Amino acid sequence: MQIKPILAAMRRHKAGTILIGFQIALTLAIVCNALFIIHERIARVSRPSGVNESNLFVITSDWADNSSNDNIDAQIKADLTALHQLGSVQDATSLNSFPLHGTGWDNFIRMTPDQIHMTTDASVFLADEHTLGTLGVKLIAGRNFTPDEVQSLTIQDMKGWPAIIVSKDLAKVLFPNGDALGKQIYASNNNTPSTIVGITDTLQSHMMDSDDNAFAYNAVLVPMREVGTGYVHYLIRARPGQLEAAMRDVPKALIAQNRMRIFDPDDGEMTFAQVRAKAYERDYGMAILMGIVSAVLLAITAAGIVGLTSFWVGQRRRQIGIRRALGATRNDILSYFMTENMLIGVAGVVVGTLLAIGINLWMVTHYDVARLSGTYLLVGAVVLLLLGQGAVLAPALRASRVPPVEATRSV
Amino acid sequence: MYAYYLQLGLRSLRRNPMLTALMMMAIGFGVAASMITYSVFRAVSDDPIPNKSSQLFAPQIDSWGPQQNEKGEPPGALNYVDAMALMRAHKASRQTLIYPVMLSALGRDADSVPSSASGYAVTGDFFPMFEVPFLYGSGWNTSEDDHRAADVVLTKEFNQRMFGGANSVGKEIVLGGNAYRIVGVAQHWNPAPRFYAVWGEDGFSESPDFYVLLNRMLDLHVDSSGRNSCRGNLAFTGWDQWLQSNCVWLMPWVELNTRSDAEQYRQFLTSYAADQQHAGRFGWPANIRLLDVMAFMTQQNVVPPESRISLIVALCFFVICLVNTIGLLLAKFMRRAGEIGVRRALGATRREIYTQYLLEAASVGIAGGVLGLLLTAVGMSGVSLLFDQEIAQLAHLDLSLVALTLLVSVLAAVAAAFYPAWRAAQVQPAWQLKSN
Repeated sequence: MQIKPILAAMRRHKAGTILIGFQIALTLAIVCNALFIIHERIARVSRPSGVNESNLFVITSDWADNSSNDNIDAQIKADLTALHQLGSVQDATSLNSFPLHGTGWDNFIRMTPDQIHMTTDASVFLADEHTLGTLGVKLIAGRNFTPDEVQSLTIQDMKGWPAIIVSKDLAKVLFPNGDALGKQIYASNNNTPSTIVGITDTLQSHMMDSDDNAFAYNAVLVPMREVGTGYVHYLIRARPGQLEAAMRDVPKALIAQNRMRIFDPDDGEMTFAQVRAKAYERDYGMAILMGIVSAVLLAITAAGIVGLTSFWVGQRRRQIGIRRALGATRNDILSYFMTENMLIGVAGVVVGTLLAIGINLWMVTHYDVARLSGTYLLVGAVVLLLLGQGAVLAPALRASRVPPVEATRSV
Repeated sequence: MYAYYLQLGLRSLRRNPMLTALMMMAIGFGVAASMITYSVFRAVSDDPIPNKSSQLFAPQIDSWGPQQNEKGEPPGALNYVDAMALMRAHKASRQTLIYPVMLSALGRDADSVPSSASGYAVTGDFFPMFEVPFLYGSGWNTSEDDHRAADVVLTKEFNQRMFGGANSVGKEIVLGGNAYRIVGVAQHWNPAPRFYAVWGEDGFSESPDFYVLLNRMLDLHVDSSGRNSCRGNLAFTGWDQWLQSNCVWLMPWVELNTRSDAEQYRQFLTSYAADQQHAGRFGWPANIRLLDVMAFMTQQNVVPPESRISLIVALCFFVICLVNTIGLLLAKFMRRAGEIGVRRALGATRREIYTQYLLEAASVGIAGGVLGLLLTAVGMSGVSLLFDQEIAQLAHLDLSLVALTLLVSVLAAVAAAFYPAWRAAQVQPAWQLKSN
């Protein structure tokens, strides 16, 4: 196929050529970035929490009478005893926050008492001896808390934390050589050291902001019960297959313990699946939006190519007829339009690639977006070229069916 | 004549329905995507208190120092010591301190189930300063602040829940186990974003339930139910030591009516912070901010990034749709080169051809706008997919958005037609007639 006559013909309709090329370029730029955003969001959504999420639920109890911290501490203990006695409950724990919760308490972790800048940031989970069992998180080194270790704590009363358990990822950040067990770090707010007595398998923090991605797997478990905040979260592992029963039994049992408590009608009781859905709701939304935008954009670009090529075919019926009369085969005509589209497509893809990189660099500086990987550009370019070829096929086939006799007709 | 052109335009649209449908869809989808995302963006970036936003300021004092503050910016709230110092100095015409509290509320019946109520601990100036509208009664005087009275103002919504909407002023209500005197019931008032408490909140939550006297809350040792951010060594044990700590949790606001008042206040803040350095409390030079409502909203990143990104994506989408429309219009107009040639030969000027084709494009714009309006209406229900329920509720299709949708569609279509119509007007009549 000769390219020269095609280029010559293009010069005759510059505007249309530029428009199609430009549209392909813009579409490639947007679709690449949109697909990349989808990929990033999906990757975020599918990262593991480390928690065994089935048969697990959360119930949040607000206290009607919040005046005595001692009473609340006693009530939490009584609640947990009652929960452990329920037939449908396998294990239960009280926590100030939990993985994927979004809000909670994070502390700057330091290696020495006089260090000003943090080494890293980590979730503080005020836990007890049942926390790991309830969450279904395994200890990979060291020991669990003992019941006598667990004390009560208010936010205004900063006690030292002599024994803590840390997540595997936090241990690795603090002690890259893998000898974290038994070491001391400064995790509590007052300047007393904490000894790492245990290391858990993967455990996600409560932090869900993309700013906190670097700390997403940093968690410190402290043997404390938090009182004085006005609420407590109970995480409860139901016996296999008894989630529904447990979710019915638990509120009843808690109200039987003390009816002066409040369960929020909206999110007072949630399965862990609901916790997860809520935590990632914006990510799903963004991925769906970008998916819709990409699909509609590709459709509109394809439609634009069909429209403009059809116009060109209509405009050139006589010329096609002359070519056919002079001996060009149907195939020649078909490949003429296909090649023409391919040339425009390649030019558009080149411009679009630059544009896509530009948009991505702008997003990198303004938003928490990573660098676009080359795969997306390559896939995007191939998709758009194929889309162009597909879109041009129908008008090009119509052109190839123009009979040679058309050359003799004046209109 | 214009009416005739428009009629011609509509007739031509019917002639090749495929091309027309394509253009309508391009404009309709483009404008709908832009309008849906714009309606959310408009809602979240709106001025929450338009007639006073330039007179209300959030003073910020860097109590953390250059090594621990947020990239040089002071924290968005104050610690207790600095907050109380500002209140005592009273250098603004009105001033308040705010922190969120969560208290249980007990109904009037003995066997009623308790419920949670969320509100703000505020001072008396809060109500006149933010122009809180009242249904019954009013806020409390600043002298009540000094008396540390157990006063509370209920919101209309909470008054409905607790008192069935009756005038409850003068009655008592038990919150968190303590009795309070109701001095007023506010009308529905929930600025979006809720600028006065935006530090540590997303700013678009449902209306609070009550406003309670701050000093009373402090006397009762009621914790903030919101954000509390600390730096450094926290060796406190007990409430009093905690108040003296480096934790920031109180949100201050001042009203400064003139530019010079604001300048004076800024100087006051600087000298206050410098005094703290001299006294040895701060080991760094004064680092203060005094931002008005809109500047503070920007500093605190109130607009969710999703809103900005989706608006940008939608606008890019719209641009591509317009490029597409230019191409299709070009095809459509140039297909009628023969017709244009005849009209030109019969005496039509270039200008007339140009006008006719622009009007034809405008009719495409109107049709696309109507489609866009339908798509916008449908898409509005999908907003909650991307945003929190509270933000999604703010986006709605009002009259101004309907007008804007149609206007943008027509303008976009006409703008897209500039070049194709110009090409149409350039058609050489002799050339067309000859080839026929």
